[in-house]
Amino acid sequence: MVATPFTPIASLLGGALIGLSAVLLMWTTGRIAGVSGIAARLFPPYEDRQFAGRLAFVAGLVVAPILVRLVTGSLPAQTIAAATPLLIVAGLLTGFGAVWGSGCTSGHGVCGLSRLSVRSLVATITFMATGMATVLLMRHWS
Amino acid sequence: MTILIQFAIGLVFGLGLIVSGMSNPAKVLNFLDVGGIPAGTWDASLAFVMAGAVAVTFIGFSRVLKLARPVFADRFYVPTRKDIDPRIIAGPAIFGIGWGLVGFCPGPALTALGFGSVSAFIFVAAMCAGMMIARFIAQLPSSTRIVTPSDPLET
Repeated sequence: MVATPFTPIASLLGGALIGLSAVLLMWTTGRIAGVSGIAARLFPPYEDRQFAGRLAFVAGLVVAPILVRLVTGSLPAQTIAAATPLLIVAGLLTGFGAVWGSGCTSGHGVCGLSRLSVRSLVATITFMATGMATVLLMRHWS
Repeated sequence: MTILIQFAIGLVFGLGLIVSGMSNPAKVLNFLDVGGIPAGTWDASLAFVMAGAVAVTFIGFSRVLKLARPVFADRFYVPTRKDIDPRIIAGPAIFGIGWGLVGFCPGPALTALGFGSVSAFIFVAAMCAGMMIARFIAQLPSSTRIVTPSDPLET
């Protein structure tokens, strides 16, 4: 386990940027900034003609750290402790669950809660609970 | 034009993930680790990410959704479902387990690709496979289903 410092100001600011992005996407394209929905729709079956826009949004996500490194010369810490088999299992579960439950942390946790959606509230409480339970099992009972 | 704007909006989202610390799985896991509260290793930062994001989105959405239509689209595509079906519990329950195992949810995982992390590539590949499996299963005909199966992506 790697200890991480408590960063309330940076986290609040970063969160506000995420919110700004969600508002801008709704204002311009009329769509929810749900990353799992956007990413999943990059694969067939295609229901509309928004492919290029979704790919551009995902490209923005990927380019963000490259831009940060270009401007500041460094990147903040990123520690991924999991080994390959665990990465694969977790990736499968994360992708499957996000689509099966119609959204993830951004679609339900940010956009849904902001719209006072009961479905998103149920979803957010559920993934917070199973996420915490999983970490508890992994760290304290193994 | 709209493509460039959506790229910029994705960029702002990604910067938010980096600035907030969500792009670091260790930080996410330390937030989810409520068992670390007694030892003082719990990192409450992510509650502030949520607070900042929801505050801005709540105010922004309430203003934007009063407009007649979005700038570049014919209408707002806002989910309308209100029913609590098994999927809205099972999906997030499974998602949460995956999230808790590594500390990646879809946004930070995609942003981690730009960090050049091999682990992120493996995770994202598996995540995309999981997404495709879920969409495939959701579209299979079912004998127990009376209505046409709906795309789970359509909230």
